[in-house]
Amino acid sequence: MKEKVRVAGGQGFWGDSLDAPRQQVEGGEVDYLMLDYLAEVTMSILQKQKERDPSMGYARDFVGAMESVMPAVLERGVRVVANAGGVNPPACASAVRELVTKSGSTDKLRIAVVTGDDLLGRLDELIDSGHPLSNMDSGEPLASIRDRVLSANAYIGSAPIVEGLARGANVVITGRSTDTALTMAPLRHEFGWGATDWDKLAAGIIAGHIIECGAQCSGGNCLYDWKSIPDLANVGYPIAEASPDGTFFITKHAGTGGRVSVPSVTEQLVYEMGDPHEYITPDVVADFTTIQLEDAGPDRVRVFGIKGRAATDKLKVSIAYRAGFKAVGTLVYSWPEAQEKAEAADRILRERLDRLGLRFDQVMTELVGISATHGRLATMGAHTGGEAPEVQLRVGVRGGDRKAVERFTREIAPLVLNGPPSVTGFAGGRPKVEEIIAYWPALVDKTVVTTSVAIV
Amino acid sequence: MKIRLLDIAHARSGDKGDTANVGLIALKPEWYPLLDRYVTRDAVTEHFAGVIDGPVVRFELPNLNALNFLLHGALDGGGTLSLKTDAQGKVFSTALLRMSIDVPDDTAKQLGFETKSSAR
Repeated sequence: MKEKVRVAGGQGFWGDSLDAPRQQVEGGEVDYLMLDYLAEVTMSILQKQKERDPSMGYARDFVGAMESVMPAVLERGVRVVANAGGVNPPACASAVRELVTKSGSTDKLRIAVVTGDDLLGRLDELIDSGHPLSNMDSGEPLASIRDRVLSANAYIGSAPIVEGLARGANVVITGRSTDTALTMAPLRHEFGWGATDWDKLAAGIIAGHIIECGAQCSGGNCLYDWKSIPDLANVGYPIAEASPDGTFFITKHAGTGGRVSVPSVTEQLVYEMGDPHEYITPDVVADFTTIQLEDAGPDRVRVFGIKGRAATDKLKVSIAYRAGFKAVGTLVYSWPEAQEKAEAADRILRERLDRLGLRFDQVMTELVGISATHGRLATMGAHTGGEAPEVQLRVGVRGGDRKAVERFTREIAPLVLNGPPSVTGFAGGRPKVEEIIAYWPALVDKTVVTTSVAIV
Repeated sequence: MKIRLLDIAHARSGDKGDTANVGLIALKPEWYPLLDRYVTRDAVTEHFAGVIDGPVVRFELPNLNALNFLLHGALDGGGTLSLKTDAQGKVFSTALLRMSIDVPDDTAKQLGFETKSSAR
């Protein structure tokens, strides 16, 4: 058994830095590269892509990332674990295999594909057999929006990833795996942690929670002493360096920017936190009130003391459904009396929407702004009398009637000529109408979800 | 004396559906008891009045010198439904740091804060 395993986080969401994966495998020694691509609504976007083209439906950035790290995977034995498969893990695997087919080193690449999380085709069967998939927040049964569902995926845990690694895969591609399982599974595989080693599993999950958002634990988006954090242009992404007993260090490659410190790691620990006593995952319930952090030198934090307990008998299900339409329009009003002008425009706009008989579920107004209109003149003088130098009026509407939302988008530009003065910022044209794909969290019995692993 | 949370804490916030969470972390371990004692659920509820629609829940993490607040009904429905600029609650962190707490002068002095009488 290895005494130390280094898991590098190289992607915090689909759209994160294109260079980070390569920098993570080239900047120093790592055993695993962990790439998290899936946010709550990502699955529905991928589902739409798959409907248009059955060979799509996965995070395409991953293919580029794999191309950039392939030498490390094939020559140095770095293994990759990613939930880039989205709603089509087999297609994702084919795209990755395609990369090496060209270069001719096909026998060195072993891809494990994890499936079974996709419940879209099974929804009616599940509802009929007594699984209401009720909304965790509102309690409403899924039946109430059944005809509008676009995607449904169970969050699955570490077991199938561990199986893929045990069967010798050097790349594991999953669909809706939990973000944290992508880090915990390699540790479980390397250290032989059992399915009831609750404290160790919890430690692996917390290591995953810390590095799953990429540089957000290593100096990015860090409020603590933010001005002193060096060289964010070259920020180092995080590495969890774990031991068999479940203790680990968070660090980053030498020569990179950013900062790993007790405050930077603490900020990431509390990010998106619910009840800290029970961080529920498919594998274990982790207790964040047991985490101990210790400064272990420059850009190095020791994490220990973590306790966990038995997992629940449910899996969370991420369901996406069509939920109406929205549009957001903006205009910018300059000094003097920028705020009053923006507020006047908002009143006029709302009155016009009313006169047109348009009904929305929500109309929201926000006022935003600093130096877009008057540049350095905006902040130099006392002549502004404490007034805002400019205000961006931002009005959004939401509703089930697409026509009403479309009509709203025609009511912004006229204000330039027929509303309050000193207005600009309308060059982008009419706001776009967007269909809302909303998120429906639900629970399902673990027994109804069966995952499988294929080596391709 | 009044102490602004910005001067004794840092914070990060995120979302879960229509709920924003704010983790409030003491800048120095010895200031955590101030957070624990004065940044109560009721005080935070009052601070966010008119900004959020639902209740506030508080959890303590003394091991991290931190409190975690759940601000329900904070995000206009949350996620893709929300029309807010900050649909994912990313800057509720700094909104909480605007809050001030009222700390007895001698407590503040013991912790190294300059009270008005000693500041001169």
